[in-house]
Amino acid sequence: MPNPFTPIIQGMKITFGHLFKKPVTLMYPDERPKVAERFRGLHALKVSHNKAKCVACYLCPTVCPAKCITVEAGEDANHDKFAAKYEIDMLRCIFCGYCVEACPVDALKMTGEFELANYHREDFVFTKERLLEKK
Amino acid sequence: MDIVILGLPLYYYIAMVAKVLVAFLFVLLTVAYATYAERKIIGFMQVRIGPNRTGPKGLLQPIADGLKLFFKEEIIPAEANKFAFLLAPLIALVPAFITFAVIPFGTTITVFGYDVPLQIVGYYDAGVGKVVDINVGMLYVLAMSSLGVYGIVLAGWASNSKYSLMGGLRASAQMVSYELAAGLAIIPVFMLVGSLSLQEIVNAQVGMKWFIWNSPMTFVAGMIFYVATLAEINRVPFDLPEAETELVSGFCTEYSSMKYAMFFMAEYANMVTVSALMVTMFLGGWDGPFVSTFPLLSPVYFVAKVYFLMFMAMWIRATLPRYRYDQLMALGWKVMLPTTLAIIAITAIAGYFGFYTFSDFFGM
Repeated sequence: MPNPFTPIIQGMKITFGHLFKKPVTLMYPDERPKVAERFRGLHALKVSHNKAKCVACYLCPTVCPAKCITVEAGEDANHDKFAAKYEIDMLRCIFCGYCVEACPVDALKMTGEFELANYHREDFVFTKERLLEKK
Repeated sequence: MDIVILGLPLYYYIAMVAKVLVAFLFVLLTVAYATYAERKIIGFMQVRIGPNRTGPKGLLQPIADGLKLFFKEEIIPAEANKFAFLLAPLIALVPAFITFAVIPFGTTITVFGYDVPLQIVGYYDAGVGKVVDINVGMLYVLAMSSLGVYGIVLAGWASNSKYSLMGGLRASAQMVSYELAAGLAIIPVFMLVGSLSLQEIVNAQVGMKWFIWNSPMTFVAGMIFYVATLAEINRVPFDLPEAETELVSGFCTEYSSMKYAMFFMAEYANMVTVSALMVTMFLGGWDGPFVSTFPLLSPVYFVAKVYFLMFMAMWIRATLPRYRYDQLMALGWKVMLPTTLAIIAITAIAGYFGFYTFSDFFGM
């Protein structure tokens, strides 16, 4: 019969050793977590020459499994196609990153921003203005 | 100052009131900060921080918790037996505190020329030349600790809820079976001391002749007593009466506000009490180095030992998972009870052949 006290003593040793370890707690609102480089957070529309790079090709809403992206194309003064409306509904988005993968002009990326809580449902729909990359 | 009331001098009454106030405040503060210490210690053992937002290092947390519970709504279930429901937390709380009346928390000190023993009911009799206290102090302690179970059973029954009833039933079964082991485990101490007075038990251990190492029988008895009292006060790993995963909160499921707080105060006060008892019975009470030269060191030693045992209880809580119900009963009836009975027999036989304790045997 194995000694019934051995596991208890072993366990007590382990917990006592942990007593002097540095806590792993992150004091969240005071200390910020280090977000990984390829973290998939809030989207951002990349900007080049002072306007969004997006050409409204509709590949991102097509590939989106959650159907959360709404794009409407428009034509600017140079007869170039651009996204007159570009909205992402963050309540539906599953942060899979397929939209970024699909983009042929590298106009979309995902940032490390993860604090997306809000007070009203309509605030979760991010318009083009809110999605534009902040420099 | 020769006023005599009921055969005792006036200063006895003054000293007693002072001792009651000091001991009661001390126990209350210990109870409050035991909750904080427990959360902190278990926190660190789980490599987290524990409460640290209320006040510096979270030191005001017990006060914040108490205030919060005090201002919460008092809910009495419609189907509950109102009288028993209100009575139960009181019955749980009061015995936990009044046990302290007989525990000697220090040696006799001299205050303003009067000899005051640091024990609430103790009295220094100059005629006899020693401290006189309740000569059946241990029976009083056992009686009071058995009363505590009524509060829990009553709470379980009066709540009129199946979880509470199950918790109350478990508590009564568990407390009765472990009370037996705890009560038998201290009999070797009585056999060696020859008295039930706690003062006498501590005096027998003065000079580092603590029972925990003075005899192999009392060592085993002390270990069993500690484990059995852990079970009696429903601490982890014997916290089946309030097992959250099975019984919501057991007997205190239906309780809210200050009545809930009273059950928790009772639990922690019981922890202080059984730690103090364990110290008195097996760890030499207030005894320690240099006590005879500096009598004021004795309460310090006593408190240090009590805190060490409370730390042990928290450490055990951070380590061990809960027992299964049949394992709990098997441990109590099939392991602890026969072992304590065997220890009593061995102590008696060893005494017959002249071995009482190591210090006695080697003539120290």
